Amino acid sequence: MYDKTVRRRRAVLGLLVACSLILLTAYFGETGSGALHGVQRGTSEILNPVQEGASRALKPIRDLFGWFGDTIAAKGQVEELRRERDRLRSEVLDNEVASADYDRLSNLLQLDGALGLKDLGPQTGRVIFQSPTVWYATIRVDKGSDDGVRLLQPVINEEALIGRVTEVFGGSAQVTLLTDTTTKVPARAGPRGEFGIVEPSSAGNPTDLVMNFTKPGAKISVGDRVVTRGTEPEDRQQSLYPVGLPIGQIKRIDNEGTDTQEVHLRPFADMRSLDFVQILTKPRGPSS
Amino acid sequence: MTVLTPQLLARLAVLGVLGVVVQTAAISQLPIAGANADLSPLLVMAVGLLCGSLAGGTFGFGVGLFADVVSLQTLGVSSLVLLGVGYGAGRLREARDPEGTLVPIAVGAAATLAFGIAFALIQFLLGVDAPVSWALLRQLLATLVINTLVALPTYALVRRCLQPALPDDPRRRRRRAYTTGGLSPLSRGVEIRR
Repeated sequence: MYDKTVRRRRAVLGLLVACSLILLTAYFGETGSGALHGVQRGTSEILNPVQEGASRALKPIRDLFGWFGDTIAAKGQVEELRRERDRLRSEVLDNEVASADYDRLSNLLQLDGALGLKDLGPQTGRVIFQSPTVWYATIRVDKGSDDGVRLLQPVINEEALIGRVTEVFGGSAQVTLLTDTTTKVPARAGPRGEFGIVEPSSAGNPTDLVMNFTKPGAKISVGDRVVTRGTEPEDRQQSLYPVGLPIGQIKRIDNEGTDTQEVHLRPFADMRSLDFVQILTKPRGPSS
Repeated sequence: MTVLTPQLLARLAVLGVLGVVVQTAAISQLPIAGANADLSPLLVMAVGLLCGSLAGGTFGFGVGLFADVVSLQTLGVSSLVLLGVGYGAGRLREARDPEGTLVPIAVGAAATLAFGIAFALIQFLLGVDAPVSWALLRQLLATLVINTLVALPTYALVRRCLQPALPDDPRRRRRRAYTTGGLSPLSRGVEIRR
């Protein structure tokens, strides 16, 4: 009885192994359009609806597992995504800065063209330092004597005149802004070019300049543009500030028509956000 | 050796079909740690442990063939490997009759490992151009771990399905004998002393 059972077991095993090997060999040896492939395709087609139905029926279970898996995976990805977010944020900031730099430099070039400053040897520099105290309205740029920068040369940004060079180093220079109390710029305003001296109205106020020494009956009004005069008031010698550099726009006139008349103007340039400036290294023209 | 009654055969057939369908429709779409559980070797292992080598081998062959057909794989590969898995598990039951609770876990892990290695070997023998990489080994190991974890519940489920058709379940027979009294060796010893 035992031998019979063993023999039967072994016979079945051998038969099944043989069947497997025959199937394997036949399947492997036939072409894609062979009988076994056809049987396989037919069976699959029959079972496809069953599988589809089972797949739909089991979808909630898959979703449940998927939810667990997604949650675990999401927790694992949080740190990675945070790093990715920080990196992208940094890239966005870089791009924004680059875009703003491009706009400013483009405006600088346009201003150069509009004002005919190309002959004045403009040297574009990046602001590398800004005075932390309101009492000293100064900045430092990364252009110095090596680039032809000298004392008292006028400095502009993409909008208007902003100041003059007051210290020069080999690779950098300090610029004193219009809003510094030591600054005085000969200027003219109005359709007839009324003369005056532009000074800061008070220390630490970057949005208010005063045009002094205007004649009481001068034909100027609110909204007039103020530009550099180009000559010194005392001896009518050529000023270090070339003629026609925009400074600001008159916003109000105090004590109008009197000897103490004060013409207040808003500078065109925003002194609080200077990134790129141009130093006019040949303020008196190419021969200077 | 368990007698393959029509009732048992029917249950095995349903179990095999359902197992393959669930595997292909659901389990294979649930990646865990980059791998999937593979119910086929666990089902075959469980049937082998419960029903013996003949039933295990036959069941393994059938499940493998069905899986190959459904998955459009090379016919004969899975059936050959699972035939060996089922037969081996059945022989283990017939020769050793292990009773530990953790036996399905160990046998399930061994079945999964054997299935993975044998399947890969046959694929290589058939000329499948897949380099042996760490990714492949990692997949194999991940499946092994997952299958080890689900081996016990799978075994319990299969036993629950087949139990009504298993007249000579050795554990049930022993439990019945002890609870009805008279056949326990201890009680026999007491009777002899009297």
